[in-house]
Amino acid sequence: MNGIGGWLPVRQGQAVDIAAIPCVASELFASHVTGGRSRGGRLSHLFGRRTSVDTIRLYAFVAFDSASRFEVCSTDVRRGESGEMHPLAYPSISRDWPAAQAFEREIAEQHAVCPLGHPWLKPLRYHATEDGAPAPWGPFDPTRTIPGDYPFYRVEGEEVHEVAVGPVHAGIIEPGHFRFQCHGEEVLHLEIMLGYQHRGAERLLLHPNAARSAIVAETIAGDASIGHAAAYCTALEGLAGAKVGLRAAAIRGIALELERLANHVGDLGALCTDVAFLPASAYLGRLRGEYLNLTLEICGNRFGRNLLRPGGVRFDIPSETAERMRKRVESLHRETLEVLELMFDQSSVLARFEGVGTLTEAQANDIGMVGPAARASGCRRDVRCDHPHGVFQFSHIPIAVETTGDIYARAAVRWLEVQRSLEFLVELLGNKPEGPTFGRIGALKPSAMAFGVSETWRGEAMHVAFTDDAGKLEFMKVKDPSIHNWFGLALALRGMAISDFPVCNKSFNLSYAGHDL
Amino acid sequence: MILVRVIAAILEGVLVLALPPMLMSIVVKTKAWFAGRTGPPWFQPYYDLHKLLNKGAVYSRTTTWVFRAGPIVNLAALLTAATLVPVLSSHSVFGFAGDVILVAYLFALGRLFIVLAALDTGSSFEGMGASREVTFGTMSEPALFLSLIVLASATKSLQLSEMIGPQLFAARGAVGPALLLVVGALLIVLLTETCRVPVDDPATHLELTMIHEVMVLDHSGPDFAYITYGAALKFLLLGSILLHVAFPHPAQSPWIDVPLRVIELAGLAAVVGVIECSMARLRLNRVPLLLAGATVLAALAAVLALTGSVT
Repeated sequence: MNGIGGWLPVRQGQAVDIAAIPCVASELFASHVTGGRSRGGRLSHLFGRRTSVDTIRLYAFVAFDSASRFEVCSTDVRRGESGEMHPLAYPSISRDWPAAQAFEREIAEQHAVCPLGHPWLKPLRYHATEDGAPAPWGPFDPTRTIPGDYPFYRVEGEEVHEVAVGPVHAGIIEPGHFRFQCHGEEVLHLEIMLGYQHRGAERLLLHPNAARSAIVAETIAGDASIGHAAAYCTALEGLAGAKVGLRAAAIRGIALELERLANHVGDLGALCTDVAFLPASAYLGRLRGEYLNLTLEICGNRFGRNLLRPGGVRFDIPSETAERMRKRVESLHRETLEVLELMFDQSSVLARFEGVGTLTEAQANDIGMVGPAARASGCRRDVRCDHPHGVFQFSHIPIAVETTGDIYARAAVRWLEVQRSLEFLVELLGNKPEGPTFGRIGALKPSAMAFGVSETWRGEAMHVAFTDDAGKLEFMKVKDPSIHNWFGLALALRGMAISDFPVCNKSFNLSYAGHDL
Repeated sequence: MILVRVIAAILEGVLVLALPPMLMSIVVKTKAWFAGRTGPPWFQPYYDLHKLLNKGAVYSRTTTWVFRAGPIVNLAALLTAATLVPVLSSHSVFGFAGDVILVAYLFALGRLFIVLAALDTGSSFEGMGASREVTFGTMSEPALFLSLIVLASATKSLQLSEMIGPQLFAARGAVGPALLLVVGALLIVLLTETCRVPVDDPATHLELTMIHEVMVLDHSGPDFAYITYGAALKFLLLGSILLHVAFPHPAQSPWIDVPLRVIELAGLAAVVGVIECSMARLRLNRVPLLLAGATVLAALAAVLALTGSVT
């Protein structure tokens, strides 16, 4: 498997020399990356890393899911020799491949690099650039009140009205601002403005104390602690060249599926709450607690905090606990499927889901959707199958796919995944491999890059780690699946009734904190 | 004899004023029971009203007197209607030929002022809620009036206390099937006017989906207490009209009549709770179909009653 001109094939959990990553000229970068798309690739990550005072190196990761392969390439964007005032710029990828739009806005915001010809360049998280250089959209004051200050897209017309929701919401959810351009009850356009939760997580991950750093990784998106921790650990283990024991890998797999179950079951219940179908909503809410309690049984925390660490897991599951958990899961299996049947048999519930918030497969591919939301539109992609790592190399979970792309499809994909995760858990809990659960990882390889991806319940999370020439962690880049999918929500709302927004939003249930980092 | 009737009327009046929050409590308790929860205490709606009445109100600087008048006019209109509707017994406090029109438009007056108060805030949410409330209110009105026509033709009267009093009991044999259709239509009108599932969801926190709740987001303190109490009173009034049609009582002693009616009202509240638990809410653009259904039921009943084809 050789690199196809200008691309380096990489696998998760394997360190490569930074110098081995091909570097193309910045003018050719866009067409080079877009070439990956024509070979059937999916843009998985695109980010900038400062390599010197006036150079930003951009990395693009393209995933070839059916071939279980990632390919990476890079380019250097420099200030021209003509002088200090020459701005950093390169031709935009988003112009031909909309999947890059959020990533290019992030690069522009962090490093003041302008993607020339970007269809809609605007701030992503609303913070100042890293070195204080003016961002391509001109100077602005990030300390000012945001919604009123933001260049929202506007629809003009006699009967058009604007509805602003957030950043403070009526429910207990994260902050985000939604701007609807409506004609009566019909939504013509939805613009989503995030950034309220920006904490600088990527910089916090570089904390010299590795234990502290892992805690940060777990809190990037609180409901996907295991998923993010798994990707983070894989990246670091890759840099250290460490192998994780089979037993530790199995426990990671169990924790990841329990997290998926808790969230899928909880979200299906929340969908029922939003359409005012009380019995299933109350029942599923209770079942979510049962799944969280199973995670609690493993590590003493309902969200699986402090379970995964580079080198393995910190808590073993002794065989009597495993047996008890297996019995629990078996009885929950029956109960959960019964309640979900009650929900999916109710015609008044289905009437709210079917044909609402539709996203076509072509749209989903164009904007690079991931996770259950992509699978609901017919895209076959699931990191657990496509890029298996750890326990998923031995136990395969079939991909759950629907084709209609509406709320029903997104709910049904989760329903299928609940069933498959339950079967997987019963099998794995009854038959766990032996071996050590933790082994301290050694020194990190100097001047190297490694990454980890994991299928969180929302989709593909990715952590990329770079070391400097002394083997110290120098740069971390995180991607939560939400950054791919938020734009999908905006697209799905076009032409829909504004009163269907809450249930549509819940069917995606994207992370604000994961997007804002 | 007169004294006994006066005492009975006063007791009934007190009961009518005290009952509405308890009906809301029955709905909430039924829903809680279905969800496997205990639910709030039985008297929680009364505690809430007490709390709200002791709070101060906050007024936005953009609002005018219309905003402050809204809750008061609404409550006053509903209380006036309560004197014309035979709520528990078959007698109303006041009554005259044609008062049925006044009752219907007292409901409309209350709604008009709530809607104006909502528009007065200038908020896009409340504007949306007002638009939905008016749309669905307009669509439930034909169903209500066609139902009233059936009752008027059955009892040959235009006075509400006669239309749904013992006279209806006497006439029920002749117009039975038509009454059944009217009960169906009135139940849908009740669910719409009192903002229950499947039309509205009183328990939701999602502003974008609300109808009634989103209009009153800006009211606080005593104003909000008036609105909450007014909504419960409206449920009682429409509920008793529905029950008088569904179960007409013969002329009998108020000591039997009133307790029986209270039990029926509690049953109705429980039925509304069960409806809320057994189905999801309709999509907003399907609600007009439901209301059209109610109108068709009532129209059919009116045809049956007016052509006298029911004998």
